[in-house]
Order: sequence, then structure tokens, then C-alpha cells
Amino acid sequence: MSTEIWQITWFTVWASALSLLLILPPGVALAWLLARKNWPGKSLVETLVALPLVVPPVATGLVLLKLLGRRGTLGGWMERTFGLEIVFTWRAVVVATAVMSFPLLVRTARVAFENVSPRLEQVARTLGAGPWRVFCTITLPLSARGLAAGAVLAFARGLGEFGATVMVAGLIPGQTVTLALSIYQQVNLGHDEAAWPLLMVSVILAFGALWLSERLGQRRAA
Amino acid sequence: MKLNLTGVRLPLAPFTLQVDTHLDARITGIFGASGAGKTSLLEIIAGLRRPAAGRVMLDDRVLSDTAQSFFIPPERRGVGYVPQDGALFPHLSVRENLLYGHGRATVAPAGPTLAHVTEVLEIAALVERSVSTLSGGEKQRVALGRALLATPRLLLLDEPLAGLDLPLQERLLSCLARVRDEFRVPMLHVTHAAGEVMALCDEVLVLAGGRVVQRGRPADLFVAMATPRYGLRQPVEGPPAS
Repeated sequence: MSTEIWQITWFTVWASALSLLLILPPGVALAWLLARKNWPGKSLVETLVALPLVVPPVATGLVLLKLLGRRGTLGGWMERTFGLEIVFTWRAVVVATAVMSFPLLVRTARVAFENVSPRLEQVARTLGAGPWRVFCTITLPLSARGLAAGAVLAFARGLGEFGATVMVAGLIPGQTVTLALSIYQQVNLGHDEAAWPLLMVSVILAFGALWLSERLGQRRAA
Repeated sequence: MKLNLTGVRLPLAPFTLQVDTHLDARITGIFGASGAGKTSLLEIIAGLRRPAAGRVMLDDRVLSDTAQSFFIPPERRGVGYVPQDGALFPHLSVRENLLYGHGRATVAPAGPTLAHVTEVLEIAALVERSVSTLSGGEKQRVALGRALLATPRLLLLDEPLAGLDLPLQERLLSCLARVRDEFRVPMLHVTHAAGEVMALCDEVLVLAGGRVVQRGRPADLFVAMATPRYGLRQPVEGPPAS
């Protein structure tokens, strides 16, 4: 494989891993809140979180572009405060990937938490364990496989992210081009044969991640 | 042990649980048909459920009082709870299960040791096993041991014999009697089997439709109330329900 393909593959994996790292703490926390607590506005938050699953990714990308652009509320603030530019940089790839894989992580993690019997948590409380100890010693170990399956699934989703990324990060060679973007670009330029190896890499990565996620999920259910 | 429930109310689906009583026997049976509100009552005492109204006092300590919005969380009540299925932690070994709450008690002084508990409950041979290899009766005894090792001031048992066949029920019943004599932990024993109450309890409360409809010594009470009114499922002198 050429160095360019390596570079693109590496960037794709890196961006998806970084976005997973970003969404893991809030995603797991939100999943737990959805699985275990009742609070006002819960169904609204549930719907909002699931939205990127069904809204056209390009539309999500457009929202992000408006929000994170220099004249956008968030983007303007980021640039003034930290001097950080987001749109059309690698950061935009990470943000778009994070937003798009967040719902998958939350949904899988939520099911993982719901599969832990509240009875076990209650008994642990009566044995003298506070909520945090119960979470660390009962809830987390018992949902670990499901959480890992969710994380891998979110990572896999991130690898293939296209619509939102292309809107908010553009196609800047060496900077924002992921596998998916590169395939699109090559085909657009009529270089179909250059797209084949990229396609192969994409399929292998996705297959590996999905296979791992399925395996983790199955063992948990057994 | 003195347990005071003052004006405790909790709306449940078919009725409202309403209990106003004090308990001070070594082992009190809470007797009633399924759906009489027995488990909900235990959950209120353990702090797993907040009552809509009322005050719960254990000895001279208020555990919860809705009038003052006061509520002690379950981990600081010193009230042990053994649910119907034992609820052992499946990812921990028998030993880890037994020791989960050991030495963490904030209320009671030094309690029983692992060796003592496993000997009395006849589970010493199971300690290194995995929870998934235990039978129903073994699970119940481990769950009981786990609760005892957390040094509770009061132990709540929710139908510990339900789901076991007759020989296992008898074995667990004798185990419970030994626990009563060895560890002197006051217990509330929820059941719908009159035989269990007769064998174990000093006093019995009959719960029906969320209210205490009768209380007294098991022998006196069951002779007086051998009628279907309280949802008795078998003759008083018969074997415990399975």
C-alpha cells in the first residue's frame, strides 16, 4: 500500500478513536441516567440524542458548520477564547465523528446498564456500599461487556462517517481526508481504481470492529 | 430491637400500604398472601423505597421521617436485606460475595467472622466456588451469610424459602434457627407459609391489603384464624408452601 493510503487509514482510525475518547465519559454517564433515573425532560433528551441517527448526516453537518464556524456561536467563542479553529480542520473531523457516533454509544450502553438487575444494586446498598461504590463494583463490571460492545460500535460508526464530516471539515488533502472522504474524492475525479484499495481497507476495518462488537455483545448475553 | 413504624403510607397499585406498628420480637413473621404489600414494607424499612408518609425508627434512631424530609440511605441504616432469589453478585466468587459488606458497617460494633458464619450456615466448603455453580439452597445460605457479615442491626428476609423443594426448605429453616440462636440478630421474616412462621417466629403480623389485620404469637393466631380470609394457602398444620 502507498504511504498515502497508510496516512489516510491512520488518520481515520486516530480521529475515530479520539472522538470515542471524547464521547465515552458523557455517553456512559447519560446512558446510566437514562437507564436508572427518572427526571423531567428525559424523553426529550432521549429523542435529541437519537436525532443524528435519523436526520440526514449532511443536515447534521450543516448544523455543526453553522454552530462551529467562525461566525457561529460556539465556533466564534472557541476562536476568541482559545484561538482554536475548528471548521475545515482535523478537529472538525473529530467533532463530526463524535456527534454521529454518540447516539450509538448511548443506546448500547443504556441497554447494557438496563441488563444489570437493580436488585443487585439495591442489595449492595444494604450491605453498606454507597452509590459510587455500587456503580464501580456492581454496575460497571456487570455491564462492562455491553459497554465495550457499544464503544466498539461507536468507533466503527466513526470510521465510516461521511456526510457530516464532508460538510464541516471539507476535503482538504492531508488534513481532513478520511477513508470515506477519500473514496468519494477518487471516484469523483474518475480514479475508480484508486478507490479500490481504500474500499478494501474500509471493509476490513469495519468488519473487524463489528465482529468484535458482536462477540462482546454475545458473551454478555450468554 | 425495637422497630417503630408510625403512620407509614405508600400507595401501591391495588391498594395503599398503611402501617402503624411497633415490633420488638427476636424474629417477627410478616405473613400474608402474595401481593399483600409484604415486600414493599421490607423495602421501606431497608430504605430501598421512600414511603409517601410516615416515620421509621430502629431502636432510638430515626431512619426516615417524611414530616422532616429526613431519610437515611440504605447503606447507612445497618439493615440487612435478603431478597427472594438471594441476589448474589454473579461476577464475584462466593468469598467475595460473603465479604462484600464485611467490615463496612457504620452502625453496629464488631460482628461475626467469616469462619463463624460459614460454619453455622454450612457453607465453608463453598467459599472458593463460583456463584454460578451453587444450587438454590446454597445460594440462599450464601446470601444470608453475606447479609450477616455486614453486621446488621436488623435482618430482613423476603421469602427465603420460596422456590426451594421441601428437604431444602427444612435445611434452610434449621439454618435460620441456628442463625437466630448464634448471632442474635433480630429478623423480620416475610412469608406466605404458616409452617415457617410456626417454626421460627416469636411473633407474627398478618398483612392483608396493605394493612396489619392481626398480630400475636404464631400458635395463638393460626389456631384462631384458620379461615381463607387471610389468604392462607394450606392448612395451618400442613407443610410450608413451595
